[in-house]
Amino acid sequence: MIKVIKILGTGCAKCEAMTAVVKQVVIENNIDASVEKIEDIMKIMEFNVMITPALVIDNVVTIKGRIPTKEEVLALLN
Amino acid sequence: MFDWIQHIADWFVYDILNLGKDEHLAAALNFFIYDTTKILILLFIVIFLMGIVNSYFPVDKVKNYLSRNKLYGLEYLMASLFGVVTPFCSCSSVPLFIGFVRGGIPLGVTFAFLITSPLVNEVAIGLFIGLFGLQTTIIYVISGILLGTISGIILQKLQLERYLTPWVKEVLANAQKDQEAFIAEKQTLKQRLPIIWDEVLKILKGVLPYVIIGIAIGGLMHGYIPEGFFEQYMDKDNLFAVPIATILAVPMYSNASGILPVVQVLVAKGIPLGTAIAFMMGVVGLSLPEAMLLKKVMTLKQIAIFFGVVTLCIIISGYLFNLVL
Repeated sequence: MIKVIKILGTGCAKCEAMTAVVKQVVIENNIDASVEKIEDIMKIMEFNVMITPALVIDNVVTIKGRIPTKEEVLALLN
Repeated sequence: MFDWIQHIADWFVYDILNLGKDEHLAAALNFFIYDTTKILILLFIVIFLMGIVNSYFPVDKVKNYLSRNKLYGLEYLMASLFGVVTPFCSCSSVPLFIGFVRGGIPLGVTFAFLITSPLVNEVAIGLFIGLFGLQTTIIYVISGILLGTISGIILQKLQLERYLTPWVKEVLANAQKDQEAFIAEKQTLKQRLPIIWDEVLKILKGVLPYVIIGIAIGGLMHGYIPEGFFEQYMDKDNLFAVPIATILAVPMYSNASGILPVVQVLVAKGIPLGTAIAFMMGVVGLSLPEAMLLKKVMTLKQIAIFFGVVTLCIIISGYLFNLVL
């Protein structure tokens, strides 16, 4: 099943870094997933996060406020 | 405690590079090597300790604590204190703001948190100890906390709820006191350490360029500007120095790591500490980019009031600093 990945962030350096890591993991491991970056604050707040960036996989918030390692993202996606 | 770093700097500049002790370049370089090494060590220690504290008080826990407990006026101080231990990123200020408001936390308490967080944090404290010593650091930290607390109380009294943007008002109307329980991660310190360690390295890496550039500029000024140079322009008795320094600083933005080394040299060359700290607080605490971010949740009028109150408090604390120190 295709995984729906969302990255919540208003566009700061950390958010870009998280997006880069996630995209890399998805490509390197041929994961069937859609990666979407959400920058609209109103949409971000629907996920009830207070610290960006946040990684949302299939509508579940998994990582908040820090840049994950590739291994971490891979583990979350499997 | 840091004599050994001075020895290394002396050895490198005077023995290896063979520069004369009275050369400007030698003084600047020596200062640069000594300061960078010392500050990086201090930053490392403080960021690491704060990382441990923060790991046990994540922002969700802070929010739930503030929204659940009746603190009888102490909530402003508590929010301000939590602001110290929470690492601040200006891009998170809007989500934090909404999160707090949604949790039913009063606006003034939210402001107290948002004001203190950029002013007093792990990076600012580490740098401050390195540049000004422990005593001045303690005074700075206390005044930063009080600044957030008092500004928060004033802003609450002004009842700014009516100036929020419409969608935030809606959030406010639906605020819930009892949030879903925060699922605390029950991890041992040993399990937490790798994550904390990782964060420490990331923060250090992030601030490193600013610190080095800041100290390099500081080092240049240190070597080339004569002692007491600024005194003729910014005398302690000049009553306008503090407000002018603060107002100049407000639109500017830099984080603590970039501005503090420069501030230290300004002080060494004769600018009164209170004036310099007011300048720094203005740069770090308030800025045009932050105002732009806040536009999403507040009307211009509210931002103006917010900035006005904080600016005023910074100016007052600048005067107080000059009186005390």
